[in-house]
Amino acid sequence: MATKGEIYSKVSATLVEALNVDEGVIQPTSTLQGDLGAESIDFLDIVFRLEREFGIKIPRNELFPEAVFQGDPEFVQNGKVTVKGLEELKEKMPFADLSDFEKNPEVTDFSNLFTVDLITRYIEGKLRAEGKA
Amino acid sequence: MRWIWIDRFLEFQSGKSAKAVKNLSTAEDFFRDHFPGFPVMPAPLILEGLAQTGGILVGEANQFQEKVVLAKIPTCKFHREAVAGEQLRFEVEMLLLRAEGASVGGRVFVGEDLVAEAEIFFAHLDKARSKQMFGDHNFVFSGELKHLLGLAQVVAQKGTDRQDSGG
Repeated sequence: MATKGEIYSKVSATLVEALNVDEGVIQPTSTLQGDLGAESIDFLDIVFRLEREFGIKIPRNELFPEAVFQGDPEFVQNGKVTVKGLEELKEKMPFADLSDFEKNPEVTDFSNLFTVDLITRYIEGKLRAEGKA
Repeated sequence: MRWIWIDRFLEFQSGKSAKAVKNLSTAEDFFRDHFPGFPVMPAPLILEGLAQTGGILVGEANQFQEKVVLAKIPTCKFHREAVAGEQLRFEVEMLLLRAEGASVGGRVFVGEDLVAEAEIFFAHLDKARSKQMFGDHNFVFSGELKHLLGLAQVVAQKGTDRQDSGG
């Protein structure tokens, strides 16, 4: 049974390896792209490492949904995520904290949702579903 | 310049591991410039050979249907130089193989000496997008690599035969 603290430190160690950053730089609120400098290919690397570290399967587009807004103009209008789009996000990413994003849902700020804390919550949910947390 | 940095496969276990060698001759082009009077193999080329060994391991696991591209080298360490007359041995093992890509752990030896080690991460080029850009032709596994792949497949087949005969 893993505690949230244990999960966080493993997630943190995973990011140190994947992104080649100092552990001291990593905070729960650090954004992967903005603060830790992750590039697109790093997201796949992170998924692979998390799978190995925690012994779980992370289906494509579950942790990092690439195309959540693609193909439906109702989700984004004038650069902002619509109410319908936010509902879609809540459904696809129940582990994301959307409270700040909802106040001003600029689609360009979407990447800021992906923080160390988000990954920790995601892993916690996965492990709990498997009875390991 | 010929861009194949493997001479021969020693072992090939489909989806698991591969070992290949590269003989370093004084006649290699790069020794002339790297460096005059001090011929050592450029470290990136050592890494390229390791990546080719790993790339073929990853490609063969899906019968070379995927376009396997080197995406990232998260860690790499060089322990010593490699000089003319030596034989590099590339050893790779599959760490993870998935629909989206694969990662391998690799080490390079001269005899028992560890020359370099690296983790190498390969992506399968997105099927839909790469088809738009490049068509059906698999530009990764073509030309010179095909010949090498043939050799890898022969070794892989031998491995299978050996397993089948229980030896």
